Amino acid sequence: MKYKIQVVKKAEVSLSKNLLLSLLAIVSALLAGGIFILAIGHNPLNIYGSIVQGAWRSPIAIKGTIKIAIPLLIASLGITPAFQMKFWNIGAEGQIIMGGIFATYFALFFDHLPHGLLLLLMFIAGMLGGGLWGLIPAYFKTKFGTNETLFTLMLNYIALYLIKYFTEGPWRDPASSGFPKIASFAKNARLDQVLGLHAGWVIGLLLVVLVFIYLNFTKRGYEIKVVGESTNTARYAGMNVKKIVMRTMFLSGAICGIAGMTQVSGAAFTLGEGVAGGVGFTAIIVAWLAKLNPVIILIVTVLFSMLEKGCSVMQSSFGLSTAVSSILQGIILFFILAFDFFTRYRFVLRKSTN
Amino acid sequence: MFKKLSSLALVAVMVLSLAACGTTDKGNATTTSGTKATDTPAPTQAAAEEASTGDSEATSGLFAPIAKEDIKVGVIHIGDPADGAGYTFAHDQGIIAMQQALSLSDDQIIRKNNVNDADAVAIRTAIEECIEEGSNIIFGTSWGYMDTMEELASEYPDIIFSHCSGYKSNGSNFNNYFGRIYQARYLSGIAAGLKTQSDKIGYVAAMGSDNSEVTGGINAFAMGVESVNPDAKVYVKVTNTWFDPTLEQQAAEALLDAGCDVIAQHADTTAPQLAAEKRGVWGIGYNSDMTKDAPKAHITAPVWNWGAYYTSAVKSVIDGSWDGSNYFGGMAEGLVELSPLSENAAEGTAEAIEAAKQKILDGFKVFEGNIVDNAGNQINQDGAFLSDADITGKMNWYYRNVVAE
Repeated sequence: MKYKIQVVKKAEVSLSKNLLLSLLAIVSALLAGGIFILAIGHNPLNIYGSIVQGAWRSPIAIKGTIKIAIPLLIASLGITPAFQMKFWNIGAEGQIIMGGIFATYFALFFDHLPHGLLLLLMFIAGMLGGGLWGLIPAYFKTKFGTNETLFTLMLNYIALYLIKYFTEGPWRDPASSGFPKIASFAKNARLDQVLGLHAGWVIGLLLVVLVFIYLNFTKRGYEIKVVGESTNTARYAGMNVKKIVMRTMFLSGAICGIAGMTQVSGAAFTLGEGVAGGVGFTAIIVAWLAKLNPVIILIVTVLFSMLEKGCSVMQSSFGLSTAVSSILQGIILFFILAFDFFTRYRFVLRKSTN
Repeated sequence: MFKKLSSLALVAVMVLSLAACGTTDKGNATTTSGTKATDTPAPTQAAAEEASTGDSEATSGLFAPIAKEDIKVGVIHIGDPADGAGYTFAHDQGIIAMQQALSLSDDQIIRKNNVNDADAVAIRTAIEECIEEGSNIIFGTSWGYMDTMEELASEYPDIIFSHCSGYKSNGSNFNNYFGRIYQARYLSGIAAGLKTQSDKIGYVAAMGSDNSEVTGGINAFAMGVESVNPDAKVYVKVTNTWFDPTLEQQAAEALLDAGCDVIAQHADTTAPQLAAEKRGVWGIGYNSDMTKDAPKAHITAPVWNWGAYYTSAVKSVIDGSWDGSNYFGGMAEGLVELSPLSENAAEGTAEAIEAAKQKILDGFKVFEGNIVDNAGNQINQDGAFLSDADITGKMNWYYRNVVAE
């Protein structure tokens, strides 16, 4: 008689159990990280203390944490509609970049326009850039059935090298006497500040509300969920699945494009190869851990940003290698994702029939 | 069910692995990118400052003196000092030398490592963390930090920002520093010229003739070669990247295949030296002493001794004599030098180099007198010399014994 292990999706887990598991995940993650910290000869409590303190210790630190959170929040929200449709958009990174590139075009060549109009143009351009970059894989998926995971992934690299092209080619700063960089934006092309921080945070919070409403209280949001559950059901119900897929991916990309626009105009004031800096990938983890719920995305984003910002401070205050903070972040993430898996699935041992 | 799961697993694996690489991707960072020093890279009176030690309250300074116990130094590195060789390592050795010379404690130095110089947000975050922790002076070692440092210098007028290899400065709390590495290149050319048997010397160059920093280095090296061996030619192979061990190795191998028996380099890694060692021939490294990496091949390397600048800069902040001027040092200031000759050096090399070094310290400018490029154009006349701004910013020709494809 043979046995085999199967992975089975759990039925809905109750909220209290969910919270308990999440808490357990964080505790185990901290314990495992603590063993690592002990192994390199430091006190885990001191290290964790400096991470939390490093993220919130002063107005500059808080602003720094929020600055990390803004693109992560917006990109996570951007991924959410696509993922609810079970369209695995791994291309947020590229969509952020394209949003940044499109917005930069107006920042560089139309900075004589009135400030409000210019920023509006940059905002629309950013959405368009990200949206079109999201539309391409959607088109090929619906037309030829291409694999969207690989397609969106590959487009990231094309976008990244487009920045390189613009930096070294047509958009090279004329004042840099030949060195490859794009000029810093004129003051006129920079995003305004609200409460001492660029307005990206306001946009991000607005998007939390808008995406929440769109997904839960509109016909289109409902269509996305139906297509996600079963394209056949959607078709049977008379929905135009191709149209829904393309529309949703445009939206997904467009929101990511906003993240790119706020990055170039609010935080970096220029376009460089690091404009997305891995945010598009971290956003997938954030959206997934938050179970694609915009409100929880906001919470998870804040925690992630705190971890990243705090680790950066911890690294320099303890004179540790940056590899240490990467390993620590990796350990913590690993445990949280593993627990997430076990809240969704369980293993069962079944007798093999033959 | 299975399909759903497998696609999920795929996503998860990809995401995790990519999130990991995504954050560490440094792009094609200009780690040793050049300088366009047209903004008056006035050689500062570093040597003079060095000489005028003592606690004299310098009245020429722009900022009030800071007690030594209260000073904090921020450093933004593009790599990790733990690399053990090359660009960031050399800078960090300079920071350590400064710390020891001024006997500062460890917590007075704040290092931010692996700061991507193509990510303006990361640069700003790193610098702001230094500011938060109370840095009085912040050094940015990579070219790409320039614009962000310029912005922050105007936002924080009381903090000093010092940027390596750029061309921007504001005359008060934002300056740039770089130096005459070509002097050490000239000396290393002497070692190569004396060593070669085939009279063919290879040079792995990061950038082509449009890059003045690299080209100036090649020319100074070639002039050093010519000064001891007029028959030898310098063969240049360009990689078009500041950092790529594979391409650097391939370029070195191509030069070795063409018959070169000494490989010099303007490249970040030890790959060209290792390639030369594998063929049983010789090499001239760069940035840090590479004898420990290729003990059977490496002769010497032009190296930066950044400690010379870091020490004088931090000292001037402590005693209140910081004047905001740019720093452009050379051999006289101890900023550039040649790493110790290994046993691979030809007989008589030490004496020849010592003589040339003395000549430079006595005022020989390397790029002076009759200079003809490899296309036959007269670049400079007897009795004249090229300015540092021309050397670092406008040198787009190769010296007459240079062969470039």
